[in-house]
Amino acid sequence: MTTETHRDDLASKTGMWLFLFTEMLLFGGLFVVYSVYRYRNSVAFHLAAHELSVFIGTVNTIILLISSSTIAMSVTAIQKKNKKLALLLLGITVILGLAFLVNKYFEWGEHIKNHIYPGSSVLALRGHGDVLFYGLYFFMTGLHALHIIIGLIFIGFVTVKIYRDKINYDNYVLLENSGLYWHLVDLIWIFLFPLFYLIT
Amino acid sequence: MEDEKIHIIPYRTFLSILALLITLTLTSVAVTQIYLGTLTVAIALIIAVIKSSFVLRIFMHLKFENKIFSIAVIAVVVILSLVIIITLLDYIYR
Amino acid sequence: MSTQQEDAEPSYLNYKGRYKGIFSWILSTDHKRIALLYLYSILTFFAIGATLGLLMKFELIAPGKTIMDAQTYNAFFTLHGIIMIFAVVIPGLPAVFGNFLLPIMIGAKDVAFPKINLLSWYLYVTGVSLVLISQFAGQGPPDTGWTFYAPYSFRTSSTMLPAVFGAFVLGFSSILTGLNFLVTIHRMRAPGMTWLKMPLFPWTLYATGWVQLLATPIIGITLLMIVAERTLHIGFFDPTLGGDPLLYQHLFWTYSHPAVYIMILPAMGAISEIITAFSHKTIFGYKFMVASVLAIAFVGYFVWGHHMFTSGMSGTALYTFSLLTFLVAIPSAIKVFNWISTMHQGSIDLQTPFYWAMAFIFVFMIGGFSGLILGSLAANVHLHNTHFVVAHFHFIVFGGTGFAFFGAMHYWFPKIPGKMYDTKWANIGLVIFFIGFITLYGPMFYLGFKGMPRRYYDYDEIFHAGNIISTMGSWVLYSGLAIIIINLFSSLRNGAKAPSDPWGGKTLEWTIPSPPPVENFEEIPVITKGPYDYN
Repeated sequence: MTTETHRDDLASKTGMWLFLFTEMLLFGGLFVVYSVYRYRNSVAFHLAAHELSVFIGTVNTIILLISSSTIAMSVTAIQKKNKKLALLLLGITVILGLAFLVNKYFEWGEHIKNHIYPGSSVLALRGHGDVLFYGLYFFMTGLHALHIIIGLIFIGFVTVKIYRDKINYDNYVLLENSGLYWHLVDLIWIFLFPLFYLIT
Repeated sequence: MEDEKIHIIPYRTFLSILALLITLTLTSVAVTQIYLGTLTVAIALIIAVIKSSFVLRIFMHLKFENKIFSIAVIAVVVILSLVIIITLLDYIYR
Repeated sequence: MSTQQEDAEPSYLNYKGRYKGIFSWILSTDHKRIALLYLYSILTFFAIGATLGLLMKFELIAPGKTIMDAQTYNAFFTLHGIIMIFAVVIPGLPAVFGNFLLPIMIGAKDVAFPKINLLSWYLYVTGVSLVLISQFAGQGPPDTGWTFYAPYSFRTSSTMLPAVFGAFVLGFSSILTGLNFLVTIHRMRAPGMTWLKMPLFPWTLYATGWVQLLATPIIGITLLMIVAERTLHIGFFDPTLGGDPLLYQHLFWTYSHPAVYIMILPAMGAISEIITAFSHKTIFGYKFMVASVLAIAFVGYFVWGHHMFTSGMSGTALYTFSLLTFLVAIPSAIKVFNWISTMHQGSIDLQTPFYWAMAFIFVFMIGGFSGLILGSLAANVHLHNTHFVVAHFHFIVFGGTGFAFFGAMHYWFPKIPGKMYDTKWANIGLVIFFIGFITLYGPMFYLGFKGMPRRYYDYDEIFHAGNIISTMGSWVLYSGLAIIIINLFSSLRNGAKAPSDPWGGKTLEWTIPSPPPVENFEEIPVITKGPYDYN
């Protein structure tokens, strides 16, 4: 049994921001590891970064930036009572998110085909710097991709609620919160991109 | 405590910021093609910080929220940065 | 306000809602019922952890094998640590007393997110279950110590994955509780209760909430890295692949040091409540108490390296961490001074909770001073990984959080089930427990100073006498604990009915009936005065 509670959108939003802080610290731990091993193996990291496709990385970065703008615009749409536009914008956001994952799939596939993955003996033979670079690459982009999936599920859930008018111009904090989560996923990638692809 | 006036951000604001973010992205890619030594990475990271501040302030609405949210974000970044710096104190001086 | 409201509203214990029987408890989102769910779970796991400790001490009563072999001993101290740290003292005060009292003390009807509160408890039970599964499944229970140090933690054949994942889930439970309390305090204080009119226990829950929120994810990701080492050979901590085992220690302690502030800050908050109540005097230096709580939480993030002084860190890291460690002791000292000053010229009412508070100050100071000794680089070289460290953290964690937990238990007992406990047996239990506590842990300072290592199954004959005394202390302590717990359970059944305000306290929980009604307040109070308005 719950006590009767009145709606408090600011509490809801505050809770979401606090949750985002935990995600920042979660990835933060990996940035600690990255900093240490980049410092200790700067040449190896620099050379290994050449093996990543700057083109795919840039495309993926732009995909996420666009998807952030579409979900941000969906809030404006809901506020302006434009349900159709909100749904369209969210649909585009999801498609862009899926496109990101498809790109990742092909990127990873390339490396794995060349026997570059955590624990592979080929990678181990290449030396410590490469092992750590690729370990961090797979772990961090993998954890990031997991968060994209979670974000897409959250957005899907919100989309259904908009379709059913449970989220509308008068009650849209859940949409805002899903936007906040998605923007965080974008923010993390904004840092992952230069740290892995641009340290050449 | 209700919002007195709902603040609606126009679509074109988001689109302008998007254009800016894409420009910054392409700039950082271009810069890193030029060899500038350690400065290259520094510039790429500074651009990343600039991009993040636009995402935080406009897309994530921090500019229009109570200042306490911005202070909290900065505090979290400061704490994380200090943890990284102090950890590096071990590795740099070993 | 209301004193004895005869069944004007059913209490939270008698309330008849949607569900019946056990389901009205395990599906309840009432913060008071969730607090009791935590209380019974935590007491159960505490009993298991304490029994493990008792058996470990029995093994150590003589050198060589007494009742178990070395591998079993390693598994015992591992499980003892995991249970006591992750399942007892970290959730401890926030999950039980925070959940029960926080909304009431700030004049709210519940926490900000009641369903997430229940989810926190489900995650807690899931996490501990996973840890217990590691005891029985696979190739043998974990033997790494609760600290899971690399590289052994990814090389050992013992069953690590459920234990590591269980700790991860427990971390999530802690994060959600912290998040809930932070939003509750920000958004749900009663009208007129400005930040500086809030009592000190909620303030400590606020500071603790930030630590739970910002530190726990670091151990979360570190545990995931251990999983990646064991399953994928990712190499972050494996020297053969280029990793540094010391980095594991850095990451582990970056959480686990702030974790001790999760343990002690709410404890200090409870002690502040108890001391003001039984001194019938407002807290001395309220603003300094608030500032010191926030300072401890903040500075506490940056001292983790004092667990690693002998690990091979750089000289710069060594003296940075030692300096910061000394700095973080200062706000704690301010608090002790203010507690004593509160008592000075107060109208002291010698009740069981107050005895616990005095005992807390005594053992906390011993623990704290021994911490300063350990924080001194030169002394640390001699004392690291000896029983001196074991004595230090039992004095400050068991003595600190544990004593505060029992003090809080007796202070708020009249409010929670609405019964008075038997004072005589409560005090007898306390005295026996205290004697046992000092006898058990005191000799460890000496043993450690003389060189007896920790986590060693066997020891040199020169340490024998000290160990005999210590082990006998464990029997006395355990008996004291039994008396205390049995007395409380017996008082549940036979205790006199408690009034709203048995102690003459001034905080909001004493203005509502014992036990409280479901929604706590008939009408949300309007606050005009400070929290400890004794005049």
